[in-house]
Amino acid sequence: MAIVINGMEYPLPDDFRVSLLDLLRERLGLTGTKLGCNQGACGACTVIVDGARVLSCLTLAVQAEGREVRTIEGLASEDGRLHRLQHAFIEHDGLQCGYCTPGQICSALAMVEELRRGEPSYVTADLAEGPKGATRQEIRERMSGNLCRCGAHNGIVEAIEEMLAGEAV
Amino acid sequence: MRSFEYRRAADRTEALSIAAAERARYLGGGTNLVDLMRQNIEAPAALVDVSRLPGTIENTPNGGLLIGAAVRNSVVATHPVVRTRYPMLSRALLAGASAQIRNMATVGGNILQRTRCAYFYDVAGSRCNKRELGAGCDAIGGFNRHHAIFGTSEHCIATHPSDMCVALAALDAMVHLAGADGERSVPMIDFHRLPGVNPQIETVLRPGELITAIELTPSAAAANSAYRKVRDRSSYAFALVSVAAGLEVVAGKIEDVRIALGGVAAKPWRAARAEEVLRGQVPNRERFREAADAELSAAKSFDGNGFKTELAKRTIVAVLGELNGAVA
Repeated sequence: MAIVINGMEYPLPDDFRVSLLDLLRERLGLTGTKLGCNQGACGACTVIVDGARVLSCLTLAVQAEGREVRTIEGLASEDGRLHRLQHAFIEHDGLQCGYCTPGQICSALAMVEELRRGEPSYVTADLAEGPKGATRQEIRERMSGNLCRCGAHNGIVEAIEEMLAGEAV
Repeated sequence: MRSFEYRRAADRTEALSIAAAERARYLGGGTNLVDLMRQNIEAPAALVDVSRLPGTIENTPNGGLLIGAAVRNSVVATHPVVRTRYPMLSRALLAGASAQIRNMATVGGNILQRTRCAYFYDVAGSRCNKRELGAGCDAIGGFNRHHAIFGTSEHCIATHPSDMCVALAALDAMVHLAGADGERSVPMIDFHRLPGVNPQIETVLRPGELITAIELTPSAAAANSAYRKVRDRSSYAFALVSVAAGLEVVAGKIEDVRIALGGVAAKPWRAARAEEVLRGQVPNRERFREAADAELSAAKSFDGNGFKTELAKRTIVAVLGELNGAVA
């Protein structure tokens, strides 16, 4: 058994202590995913595992055995064109230092799918009915697991709004 | 982090036998345990990964739900029946942690998560009776804004951080367990222990015992229920105070009411005194306040958390008022 990262298969580390984040950064050279707090408080290490956004710092690599992992390196097309959410982050100044950006973008991509499935959030008024569109309040609540110490949150929300614009959510 | 063995259990029988043989800890999503191991607060010799055991949400013959312990928090929160028949549970789960953590955390792991008391985490600099029995408690007389006002002892004033468990306590949920001696069930309200003289013993789980599922029973109060969490920032923070409540009003009188509080004790705090005051009464703001006063009369606060008493009262009144409006 192995782990699939951005479509490529990799062997698991021998040491069970290695986190998914350390596997990506230290063993495979995939340094796009960032090490922030290393304790589940900041979201900088967010990656997408089997379609769900998770924290790679609190995931032991062995727990992801047989799973498909998508990281920021896996978003651009093969000819190097950026994903349109990456473009939107640039357009709307959704970053200053950029350290939290890979986590923000991976988190936002999975969040869009959660919205498409009609899943409620804590601020959704009617839980049974689900969210009434991707309001700023909904986006902010759903992105609260990704901190930005530069304070680019408004640009981040705008970038996500642009990506969602025109899409039936 | 100290090294450990890792085994993935194929089924419940295998999980129980590995745990018995190796004095292992069960691993769910790892969102709390992996962190505690990294801080050297926990150092198990082995982990038995039970996160891939069959995790399903099934209807029970009496119209309730049986939720497997391995089901992820996000799956429970967004389940159609949970959203419509047990909204306080859905809302409580959605109030907890972040989307990423809810995708990782299991039901069993949520129940067994440990306190976020800063002194418990500060291995290098603080005394904590949970970590080292007899060492003392630096939270008492320390920065205790986040600490308990019910059921404390001179040895520990930590709170249990779960939102989910508060709703489960109000819903009279049952926790199903399996161990070497067979299966048993414990009400959620009896699952966690108050600190007393042994704050390191946090639940009634026996060594090697595994949480297999939680069971919900339907009721009118469960269907008309809500969860409100008050915290220092509007999202992704632990509760200062939270309230899970359900209300059934028949012919203008309170037929059934369930209230549980979070952020106030080492366990989800079922507000039995408040419920007692309300049963059979006409629901209105005065009765709600009277009930909240009765419950909080037993509260004992510390230097940093005196505000929690009034905050809990007002939150109880607000949530009951919201539910009363919803049925009117």
